[in-house]
Amino acid sequence: MARQKLKEIVIDRSWCKGCGICVHFCPTKVLEIDANEKSVAVRPEDCICCKMCELRCPDLAITVLIDQGEDNEK
Amino acid sequence: MAIQDYLRQRYFPHMWCPGCGHGTILNSLLRAIEELEIEKNDLVITSGIGCSARISGYVDFHSLHTMHGRALPCATGVKLSRPHLNVIVPMGDGDALAIGGNHFIHAARRNIDITAIVMNNRIYGMTGGQFSPLSGPGVNATTAPYKTIDNSFDTVKLAIAAGASFVARSTAYHAQESTDILKKAIQHKGFSVVEILSQCPTHYGRKNKEGDAASMLEFHKKNTARIGSKALEKNPDLTPRGIFVDVDTPEYCAEYEKIIAVASKEKM
Ligand SMILES: Cc1ncc(C[n+]2csc(CCOP(=O)(O)OP(=O)(O)O)c2C)c(N)n1
Ligand code: SF4
Ligand code: SF4
Ligand code: SF4
Ligand SMILES: [Mg+2]
Repeated sequence: MARQKLKEIVIDRSWCKGCGICVHFCPTKVLEIDANEKSVAVRPEDCICCKMCELRCPDLAITVLIDQGEDNEK
Repeated sequence: MAIQDYLRQRYFPHMWCPGCGHGTILNSLLRAIEELEIEKNDLVITSGIGCSARISGYVDFHSLHTMHGRALPCATGVKLSRPHLNVIVPMGDGDALAIGGNHFIHAARRNIDITAIVMNNRIYGMTGGQFSPLSGPGVNATTAPYKTIDNSFDTVKLAIAAGASFVARSTAYHAQESTDILKKAIQHKGFSVVEILSQCPTHYGRKNKEGDAASMLEFHKKNTARIGSKALEKNPDLTPRGIFVDVDTPEYCAEYEKIIAVASKEKM
């Protein structure tokens, strides 16, 4: 299986409460809390598409969109 | 369907505090429902009162937000009158096992086909941090300024002893595992109990110096282990996670159907 390729990390800023769970547990340190206490993807190029941020977000504010290119079929 | 399509989005952002584990449990539950492809109309979420119980207001299914501790009797009524519906009952630790403890053991004893989720943050979150029957000894709470001395129930052992035919435990940290377990619990025909350890950073976390939500999740990770794992074998003090019981025993609604059939024949 080819490595999954990230399309976009979508963060709903009106739902995010800046709890920091996604930041703390991201294995490749993609996310940070900004000055407005919201999560932002500062290093999307390092994302390994594990989706742990999306699955653990208590505010259902993150969606990790994966590129559904040809060599990304499972 | 996107997970957000299962929400009544007009109530979002929700009222739970930043980092509240109950939100993650909602997240895991919605994924289980999505993966099982359950129709919105075939699902009833019944809850009592508590921060946890707010869950029924947030989901776009049939929902009943009832009385503190009384979600299971209300759900029993729904299930008996409409046995084809899936009935899920998310409850807080106080809701399920303090005021609702008696209903809990009797629903388990009857083995009625309901999925009960105990969202265990070991505290009364909604009312400001009183200790619950799941706090255990040595915990700071507003009602225990010098720490608790009460032993706690073991939800899993209690559910098994009372007759639940599916019993499991996971945590908010183990979100994928929670989804997998919830899928099995919902599909199981009989009374299913899934305890999911949650975190209340606002009351439990602050009073017990457990830090922010992320460090409370680190506790879930550090202090639990899968049944059958090396880690648990080496350290039996860890809280076990996984599926403890999954058996087929006569289900209440099915047995009741038989009684209805017998009684109808006698009338003719
Ligand atoms: C009959 C009744 N008794 C007491 C209360 C007050 N009350 C509301 S929620 C609650 C406990 C909540 O704790 P828990 O069930 O653990 O849920 P959490 O808020 O922690 O998710 C209590 C005692 C009530 N609403 N109704
Ligand atoms: S886990 Fe969710 S609510 Fe918390 S900071 Fe990340 S996106 Fe925001
Ligand atoms: S998907 Fe995984 S790697 Fe990518 S941002 Fe989320 S937690 Fe980090
Ligand atoms: S008080 Fe505790 S249980 Fe209630 S919403 Fe806040 S963190 Fe969650
Ligand atoms: Mg509680």
